[in-house]
Amino acid sequence: MNNRDQLLSVKDLSISFKLRRGALTAVNRVSFDLAKGERLGLVGESGAGKSVTGFGILNLVSKPGRITGGSIHFEGRDLTRLSEEELRRIRGNRISMIFQDPMMTLNPVLTIGTQMEETLLAHRNISRREAAAIALDRIRKVAISSPEKRLKQYPHEFSGGMRQRIVIAIALLTSPALIIADEPTTALDVTIQADILELLLHLCESEQMGLILITHDLAVVSQVTDRIAVMYAGMIMETGSTEQIITKPQHPYTRGLLGALPQNIPRGGRLKQIPGVMPSPSSIPPGCPFGDRCLSCEDVCRREVPPLTPKEAGCLAACHLLD
Amino acid sequence: MFAFIVRRITQAILVMLIISLIGFAIKQSVGDPIREITGISVSAAEREALREKLGLNDPFLVQWLRFIGKALQGDLGNSFYFKRPALQVILTKAPATLELVFSTSIIVVLLSVPIGIYAAVRPRSWLSRFFMGASIVGVSIPVFLSAILLIYVFSVGLGWLPSYGRGELVEIVPGWQSGYFTIDGLKHLILPSIALSSIMLPLFIRLIRAEMKEVLETEYIKFARAKGLKPGRILFVHAFKNTLLPVITVGGVQLGTLIAFTILTETVFQWKGMGSMFIESVERADTDLMVAYLVFVGFIFVTVNTLVDLVYGLVNPTVRISGRK
Amino acid sequence: MSVWREVKQSYFLYSFLRDPLAVASSFCLLILILASFGAPLVAPHNPYDTTTIDIMDAELPPLWHENGDNRFLLGTDSQGRDMLSTMLYGMRVSIIIGLGAVALQGVMGILVGLVAGYKGGQLEALLMRMADVQLSFSTYMVAIFFGALFQAAFGMGMYERFAIPLLIMIIGFAEWPQYARTVRASVMAEKKKEYVEAARVIGLRSSRIMWRHILPNTMTSVLVISTVQVANAIMSEAALSFIGLGMPVTRPSLGSLIKAGFDYIFSGSWWITLFPGIALVLLILSINLLGDWLRDFLNPKLYKE
Repeated sequence: MNNRDQLLSVKDLSISFKLRRGALTAVNRVSFDLAKGERLGLVGESGAGKSVTGFGILNLVSKPGRITGGSIHFEGRDLTRLSEEELRRIRGNRISMIFQDPMMTLNPVLTIGTQMEETLLAHRNISRREAAAIALDRIRKVAISSPEKRLKQYPHEFSGGMRQRIVIAIALLTSPALIIADEPTTALDVTIQADILELLLHLCESEQMGLILITHDLAVVSQVTDRIAVMYAGMIMETGSTEQIITKPQHPYTRGLLGALPQNIPRGGRLKQIPGVMPSPSSIPPGCPFGDRCLSCEDVCRREVPPLTPKEAGCLAACHLLD
Repeated sequence: MFAFIVRRITQAILVMLIISLIGFAIKQSVGDPIREITGISVSAAEREALREKLGLNDPFLVQWLRFIGKALQGDLGNSFYFKRPALQVILTKAPATLELVFSTSIIVVLLSVPIGIYAAVRPRSWLSRFFMGASIVGVSIPVFLSAILLIYVFSVGLGWLPSYGRGELVEIVPGWQSGYFTIDGLKHLILPSIALSSIMLPLFIRLIRAEMKEVLETEYIKFARAKGLKPGRILFVHAFKNTLLPVITVGGVQLGTLIAFTILTETVFQWKGMGSMFIESVERADTDLMVAYLVFVGFIFVTVNTLVDLVYGLVNPTVRISGRK
Repeated sequence: MSVWREVKQSYFLYSFLRDPLAVASSFCLLILILASFGAPLVAPHNPYDTTTIDIMDAELPPLWHENGDNRFLLGTDSQGRDMLSTMLYGMRVSIIIGLGAVALQGVMGILVGLVAGYKGGQLEALLMRMADVQLSFSTYMVAIFFGALFQAAFGMGMYERFAIPLLIMIIGFAEWPQYARTVRASVMAEKKKEYVEAARVIGLRSSRIMWRHILPNTMTSVLVISTVQVANAIMSEAALSFIGLGMPVTRPSLGSLIKAGFDYIFSGSWWITLFPGIALVLLILSINLLGDWLRDFLNPKLYKE
């Protein structure tokens, strides 16, 4: 795939945490692309490194984590090479983020209006009144009633679902080219999750925005995304179209994941589980990280890390056995 | 919000009642008011008659209520030593203490906020380490010792600043002798204020730094960065207000520490304020004055703490709007 | 033997030895404690034995001064007592009162905190209100009030005779709210955990749950504030002694020595105040530094570099 037509092109991105007892690699040479307006789901278990990757794109990884290699091409520039000020101008402007828990994301002592207007004022040379008008428009877009009143209220005066809508509205303010949503529905009630996802989907389509949806929930991803990248222990195991991944998964890990979904088990049957647990960043085995738990593991798997390469079925997978 | 205000004020009144109870209990159990009035060479019968007349044989509760009644009218008993109403003695000495407390507060606020914020934002710079190190040392030196050291260096050694008293005073308002309006008065204020700040400053620097550090680790600060806001705005608009809230709460409590340390400082500098007056009243067993000081200071505490709580309630939107804390 | 090996290999020792400040301050503290508790053996003179004190020896400067006397390393005070010896005995008094007061406030505070946190309801509200109000008056103020109260009630003579236990009581009473609040916060956190639920389901009595199950888990926070509280208690005692509500000049603690020496800095005998002052600061500072290190160590912050 040519880098030039991609909106976002991540190549061999590595992020490690420098601790007292040594450096831990949380993200290990991760690569994926995103076309304009495309929606990619970044899927994996807790601790697989997906959130760190998401933050890494905007270089927002908490210390002592830092990007230790790779490149992130966006709109013609390599984000890993930019200064903090240049990055600041992209954050919240060309690339917006949505965090997991809206109660923690919004500052409790500032009004919604302030928190929305400041984003606009930080990136555009407009007056406060103009900013307020745009904020009003976005609040309407996320289906919140009596928007004028809302702008003057504080976060604790809203319900969880509404707060997340506000966060989405904030993400839309500058009409960004890309939204990175980190587990946007995990902290919400199940009944509200569907609404929020529907909203995100609709907005991305109508505004032609790219979306990276980071989640551990395969069901969520299957409804919203065009493509899926599966992460495990800091590495991408498989990338492909949503349909292909869900219906014809190639990588043993992806197969295991989908096999474990309750809806894929016949009624009354035993639930399937992948034996063992995902290794933590401090205890990743040599070779393929999934090796220990893989039912088809061979010697080569324990020795060499499998590269992410195109496979017959049209996807990219990191597995020695699929060649 | 209204419920919050009412509740706080009720609490304040309750605490004042308890203080008055303790004060009254002290008065009852310590010292004999009859002896103070009549001297030794009075017969037992006359003494008993006098007790009856003054209502000293009435039940505890009755006497306590009488005490409260008199206190509300400003009568906190008479100072045995000064031969004047206790409250009057306190009020003449109060300006001295208030001016000292005021100068110290200015120093502490002006210095602790920038230093605390800086130490939180750049924790590894050598300047931050220096301030934090100095803070631990500052907190470990008792205030009276720093006072003595200051006197030794700047008074006895260098002779730059006076070592005792308040210097030349100007009566700006009837009853208020101020040291702020003369150079001499100001010179006398310098060392005591520095001594008092030497222990309050580290406390606040550590407090502000700790709170600021905690705030800077929150999700909403991370989100503010993700929105691409300028670092200055993140620090002074998003972080600062959230830091201020717990600092106000804890700071209010430090008032008590400040007044306690004022007693020590006034003793060292022979500063004629309420603090040294209290110590003298203890030495002289001037019970009425002691109790009056206790009630007066208690009143100041309760008032200030209630005000601080109310201000906190006004400033913190989560309290203001939902009315609960 | 294996216990010793366990300690040697433990993370505690490793972390401790890596921090030069922690090692230095504990070393300093150890010396101070040994010197002061070993005062009867270590001190060159006995400041309480009036027969050995000669008023003619008063106000002699330390050894290295031209008027110094080699009997008195750090000089003598206004009554002719050897500074070094008096300081050592005084430090012992200060430390005893500090430890005693912390023990008392610890016991009181832990009891109140446990009961309040576990039982909840009106009782908790009442106890915590009391703690908050007393805290708002600041422990120093409360200690001063109690001191003044006791001295007025018992009279100077009796007060001086029972100074040590009285001071332990005063400072202990003044500082219990700190322990109560910490323990209560800890209990509240533990209460939510499943092992408490499990214990209740099994049918254990509340008191047993409180003592055997919850209490050990609150010990970390208790330990963290204990060192600071000892430093505070020693400071409080010094402050009380300085204003005359503490140890009498006949059996002085460091605070009383500083007070006694204060008048003499104007006449040039600076050592009477300075040396006890330095000793006091060293004592408090090393405890504070150790406490800081302990707090950082016990705090499970994962990513400290």
